[in-house]
Amino acid sequence: MNRNTSSQPSRRFLLASATAFFFVGTGLARARTLGGSLPWEPGTATPPTPVRPGPWLFFTADEAAIVEAAVDRLIPPDNRGPGGKDAGCAVYIDRQLAGPYGRSEGLYTRPPFMAGAATQGYQMPDAPAARYRMGLRALADHIKSNFAGKSFRDLAPEDQDKVLKGLESGSIALKDVKSADFFTLLLGNTQEGFFADPIYGGNRDMAGWKLIGFPGARYDYRDWVERHNEAYPLPPVSIMGRSDWTVRE
Amino acid sequence: MARKLPAKDVVIIGLGWTGSILAYELAKSGLNVVAIERGPWRDTATDFPPAYAQDELRYAVRLDLFLRPDQQTMTFRNNASQTAMPIRSFSGFLPGNGVGGAGVHWNGQTWRFLPTDFNIRSHLEERYGKDALPADMTIQDWPVSYDELEPYYDRFEKLCGTSGKAGNLRGQKQPGGNPFEGWRSSEYPTPPLKQGLGATLFAEAARKTGHSPFPQPASNLSEAYVNPLGVKLGQCTYCGFCERFGCGNYAKSSPQTCVLPALMRFPNFSARTESEVTKINLDSTGRRATGVTYVDTSGEEWEQPADIVLMCAFSFFNVQLMLLSGIGKPYDPQTGQGVVGRNYAYQTTSSVSLILKDKILNPFIATGSHGMIIDDYNGDNFDHTGLGFFGGGYMGFGQTGARPIQTRPVPKGTPKWGAEWKKATAETYQRGLSLATHASSYSYKDCYLDLDPTYKDRFGRPLLRMTFDFHDNELKMSAFLTERLAEIAKAMDPVEMTASPRKGPYDSTIYQTTHNTGGTVMGADPSTSVLNRYCQSWDVHNIFVPGGASVFPQNHGYNPTDTVGALAYWTADAIRNRYLKNPGPLV
Ligand SMILES: Cc1cc2nc3c(=O)[nH]c(=O)nc-3n(C[C@H](O)[C@H](O)[C@H](O)COP(=O)(O)OP(=O)(O)OC[C@H]3O[C@@H](n4cnc5c(N)ncnc54)[C@H](O)[C@@H]3O)c2cc1C
Ligand code: SF4
Repeated sequence: MNRNTSSQPSRRFLLASATAFFFVGTGLARARTLGGSLPWEPGTATPPTPVRPGPWLFFTADEAAIVEAAVDRLIPPDNRGPGGKDAGCAVYIDRQLAGPYGRSEGLYTRPPFMAGAATQGYQMPDAPAARYRMGLRALADHIKSNFAGKSFRDLAPEDQDKVLKGLESGSIALKDVKSADFFTLLLGNTQEGFFADPIYGGNRDMAGWKLIGFPGARYDYRDWVERHNEAYPLPPVSIMGRSDWTVRE
Repeated sequence: MARKLPAKDVVIIGLGWTGSILAYELAKSGLNVVAIERGPWRDTATDFPPAYAQDELRYAVRLDLFLRPDQQTMTFRNNASQTAMPIRSFSGFLPGNGVGGAGVHWNGQTWRFLPTDFNIRSHLEERYGKDALPADMTIQDWPVSYDELEPYYDRFEKLCGTSGKAGNLRGQKQPGGNPFEGWRSSEYPTPPLKQGLGATLFAEAARKTGHSPFPQPASNLSEAYVNPLGVKLGQCTYCGFCERFGCGNYAKSSPQTCVLPALMRFPNFSARTESEVTKINLDSTGRRATGVTYVDTSGEEWEQPADIVLMCAFSFFNVQLMLLSGIGKPYDPQTGQGVVGRNYAYQTTSSVSLILKDKILNPFIATGSHGMIIDDYNGDNFDHTGLGFFGGGYMGFGQTGARPIQTRPVPKGTPKWGAEWKKATAETYQRGLSLATHASSYSYKDCYLDLDPTYKDRFGRPLLRMTFDFHDNELKMSAFLTERLAEIAKAMDPVEMTASPRKGPYDSTIYQTTHNTGGTVMGADPSTSVLNRYCQSWDVHNIFVPGGASVFPQNHGYNPTDTVGALAYWTADAIRNRYLKNPGPLV
């Protein structure tokens, strides 16, 4: 995801044309002085970067195996459509953790870190990437010692559900990790991936949107506002369009 | 050492709603104006074009357009016995950042306050008795009346092209509008938006139960419109990606769609972006501001001298800058003395969620502010005798979107994941809706803003510290309003209904609104206000806070921005017509 941050060079500084505006000072200054007209320039838009298929960027193979199995229990495949694994939820989480979200980029991460009241929000220093690394390791260890050396992927679906319920309720204690917090993070990211635009790697073939009947990125419903109680007729589209829009030879 | 720039007539801190209005009005009068904005320049074509503006993850979840806490945040605690903790990621409210401010990604709900809101303390004392109000409630009359502000409300609504139906034209009640609203000098600039099924069902139920529903006033335009500055806005497409998003259709009123195209043409105006004001500088007497100091993205410090300093930085940052610059006396909650940071208030919302039978709501067909509303329980529109609280709010149903990462209604008792969750999610999406109340938040002695003793920003300056919790008055009010709403909801014949009145303690992680008010209150008495009736500092006469919600003495049962915009025009007129002729205290 492209974002201007205080710590990265501004794309506009790099692309600004000197005729339209001048810079404050010289050298490194990225701040700009604008005047005379709207400072629009071609080619400076910041569309999202589509996730590409390919190897895991953040997860190790073992971690990915746990996550793929887990997302398929959180959103199981059934006659309504694919589950979390085929919908790409693990790929989505992997790409998110490898990016700014994984590093808590843009958040306030200055010390001191102290435990606060629930009304004061998350107060720990760990960013999501670190939380996954620790959480998945602790989960793997827990499974190994409680299920005869097995890994999460090898458990029967009922056992996988039992473990996930144990994490959710906190009844399974993980080493150095609050199991319920880790579960909340995993579930939240899984559902995000299932319902976010497919451009981010999850919601493959718009599986999440088809499940509920969300038309996606359509952006114009003027003809349907007053068609009360009538199902919207068009299938969903993503920011990238639809696969059946692409001409196939 | 800061490098000194050539002097300007006016320096504006922040180029959001208030900053852009003041910049336009003062540049038009020929003054040399510079606006300094901590975030980037933003425009529709570059930052939120219709090709990818509809990206829930990027804009609504990862909050791409908002202030990022590593740049500026605040600390929060519910009461003075707790240690305040930094808000490490925003979620309870979402301050804006960048040109356009929160005007880029607001909903567009455009409400005037009630005439009695402006003299709330005298009104309540007169109607219910001198001792009726709780002792620690610090609400006070505004130093302006509704009648004085009416022409300025009208101007802001015409700037926006707001869509709606008047309920009171110069004292004449109008069918189909809000029968409780104050008088209007003219009809809304554009007709109301069209309504979906949910809002229509709510309106039927409200009528059946003896209420007076009307369309929510919306700065999401029902038709194309050219505003008095000559800027053209487009028609809203009910795209459903509105609040938290910029509008790709030029249909949501914002500084971008209403002001900047006209403002940027003035040769005597310039904007300096990605430059954060760190301090307002005073002369040796402390009674006159000499300009501001700001830091650009390379870390370089600059001094911008100016004759007039306008604080347009949004409520929190107006307060923080005053405290850090030593302007006005900081509020002390122990003694109740001092004014800067006093009377911080917010908003009290609640909901009644429903699942309907056999309906297709198409909940994704939505705008930031369409919907049908009743105002029967706002302000003092109803008799409070014996109720045990004061205040109130509007309520109704507005479909602002059903983007599926954040909106997925399910029946009570549904597990959070697994096969049953999946089934319930699929079956409920088209039939679930959430009615809402949006109510006042009065001010109290122990709700205030000051500087945090521990946590610092990236420049090493103390963060602002918020001490806030709901009081009994607000919780009782929310219980009452939510009960009334549930009665109407029952008439919609739901298969399931869950009423959720607001409960304490206030939780900084749960989004309600970004309607944070108070801290640099305007008033008639310098011992209980920071600004006089022209939004001018009592202490430093060439500093104005032109209308940002930090000037509200308390928050009423409506969204703030119509009042913010009206006060911006009110202040601009005071500066132009009075201050420039005779620079000095206007009161
Ligand atoms: C999601 C959301 C929905 C909303 N919906 C509604 C609604 O439906 N109805 C309604 O009435 N209101 C709504 N609001 C509130 C509305 O957006 C604000 O009331 C309005 O934008 C306030 O105008 P302002 O000029 O005070 O601040 P802003 O418009 O926020 O502008 C302040 C500007 O100052 C800049 N700034 C701050 N500090 C500094 C500094 N130190 N140096 C330089 N620049 C600085 C900021 O970056 C920002 O650009 C909503 C807000 C949000 C976030
Ligand atoms: S709902 Fe309307 S005003 Fe809001 S973003 Fe969509 S088109 Fe623009």
